Amino acid sequence: MKWNFILTIYLKELKDSLRDRRTLISMIVIPTLLIPVLIFGVTTVMSKVMKQAREEATTVIIINGSDSPTVVAALRADNRFRVVTHAGDYKQLISEKKVRVAVEIPPGFETSLKSSTPQTVMIYHYQGELKSGMGAGELDKFFRAVRDKSVEARLTERGLPSSLVKPFEIKWENVAPPEKVGGNAFGGFIPYFIIILCFTGAMYPAMDLTAGEKERGTMETLLCSPVSRINIVLGKFLMVLTASVTTILLSILSMGASAAIGIMSFGQQATAAKAAGETIPTIDPLGLLGVVAMVAPVAVLFAALLLAISLFAKSYKEAQSYVSPLIIVIIMPAMLATLPGIELNVKLALVPILNLSLVCKEMLSGVWHWNLIAVIFSSSCLYAAVALAFCVKMFNRESVMFRA
Amino acid sequence: MIEARHLTKIFKDKKRGEIRAVDDVSFTCRPGQIYGLLGANGAGKTTTLRLLATLLQPTSGAATLAGHDIATAAEKVRANAGFLAASTALYGRLTAREMITYFGRLNSLSGAEIKTRLKLLADELDMHEFLDRRCDKFSTGMKQKTSIARTLIHDPAVMIFDEPTLGLDVMTARSIVRFVRECRNRGKTVIYSTHVMSEVEKLCDFIGIIHGGRLVAEGTLAQLQQRYGEQDMEEVFVKAVGGEAALTAALNT
Repeated sequence: MKWNFILTIYLKELKDSLRDRRTLISMIVIPTLLIPVLIFGVTTVMSKVMKQAREEATTVIIINGSDSPTVVAALRADNRFRVVTHAGDYKQLISEKKVRVAVEIPPGFETSLKSSTPQTVMIYHYQGELKSGMGAGELDKFFRAVRDKSVEARLTERGLPSSLVKPFEIKWENVAPPEKVGGNAFGGFIPYFIIILCFTGAMYPAMDLTAGEKERGTMETLLCSPVSRINIVLGKFLMVLTASVTTILLSILSMGASAAIGIMSFGQQATAAKAAGETIPTIDPLGLLGVVAMVAPVAVLFAALLLAISLFAKSYKEAQSYVSPLIIVIIMPAMLATLPGIELNVKLALVPILNLSLVCKEMLSGVWHWNLIAVIFSSSCLYAAVALAFCVKMFNRESVMFRA
Repeated sequence: MIEARHLTKIFKDKKRGEIRAVDDVSFTCRPGQIYGLLGANGAGKTTTLRLLATLLQPTSGAATLAGHDIATAAEKVRANAGFLAASTALYGRLTAREMITYFGRLNSLSGAEIKTRLKLLADELDMHEFLDRRCDKFSTGMKQKTSIARTLIHDPAVMIFDEPTLGLDVMTARSIVRFVRECRNRGKTVIYSTHVMSEVEKLCDFIGIIHGGRLVAEGTLAQLQQRYGEQDMEEVFVKAVGGEAALTAALNT
């Protein structure tokens, strides 16, 4: 192993990669542009859609109810609802999303309110459909109000105070500090993004520096030089690692900048929310540093693994077909960590990627399980070392380098 | 000086089983001499030269290049050899100067040495005009000149050429042939593989005919002509490999 050769190869690969459009896009453009677009674009669109769905009057079909004119009139008068005339099968209309919900008022509903015979109001909805779900919620609220009113009326009739219905109030208050709320809210999402970007940042240079070189015929030229293969591997590996780390750092910077802009533009809302006693989620900056430190060995693992796998391919296209399915393999454990209920323990601390996602979630919430952090960091380093050794071995195998 | 002794390379193929790409090949190539390795496609020329350039490891047998063993001193062998093949390309995103400098550094030359050698080579090969342009924009001729400068930057004692004129236009091919001759005149040991008969006739001092991985005939042009009673190199070649039927059979496997 000679460092001057490794450095020469690394610097050449760096220069070469900086002149390659594909690498530049994956290393610089995607993290700096994609993150803000995702954070702002998607959340803005989502909140707009939600707002629209909430503001739009719920279309509702009233089944029966001819003998309960007061309730029907109240429903019609309520601007949250738009009563649709019953035309055709209501179940089909709901399933086809033409109408959001239907309500079936039992016969003699209003009379039974006075006679206190319990009856059932049926709400028909489309399970899992957002607008139908919201409509059903509104209808539920409406009928609960009708129920409360009828109870109040009965109490008044008997000369009892209406407070009998509500003997006590229920109030919710958050006790978790803001960074824990933030960690819980974004803790799964941030490492998930970083892991994917760490992988995609390494993907293109890894393929270009191995399969790409084989395809273009420059690999053989390089192997003719007196430099031993371990130096060539390490020079190339350092370049792929640089790309991966640059992608992560740029994405973190871009996330930070997006968050700062977000706070500035939503500043008024935030102050209002704070005044109303709500907690504004924040992120522990130390946690973010911890994330970077924990991602480092995983970046080494990705760089070495991607180099070794793409080295096996004869062409860039072939390498793409080997590497692209790997994204799913990476995404699955990263996604698993975002699910509620999966908590970090010693066994999970040994599962690559999943352990990283879980520990990042904790660190971003300001929780530092030092023992588990040590287990995760050392196991990640071990996996990375094995991957790098495997990569060097592949470079020395002529059946891989000169695959016919 | 190149000395190959019983060089053998066996590849294992899942479908075709064991393939003896190079089978017990022995030859000697002296300084100031061009050794032509003549053979049809798939005869074992490239594998032999890749063994000499230490890109591949022999299954058995041995060889030395400039006194260094290909198995035990691979790095020294490569430091003393210049390898030029149709398959050794240039980095498209680097300029010719960057490309040649890179290989100078990989050959442990100092900055000053690289500068001097580069100037000398650019003068000789008339490269100054395109030295600072990127290789992917080059014509075939410019590419070949840059590749030649790349192989010569460390002034190696042994030159290995693997079908260097393959797919080139007449003018570029002629300039390559001229350059190979120049290498010999400077006292370098040159090994040159080709399947073009006329190149062998014009260029090589000593000819080895390779067929099915085996060296089937060896000698000077005159010796081979005499042995097979033919003047035309193509006829000599066909007879040496055992007739047209043997050649067709080999090409079909």
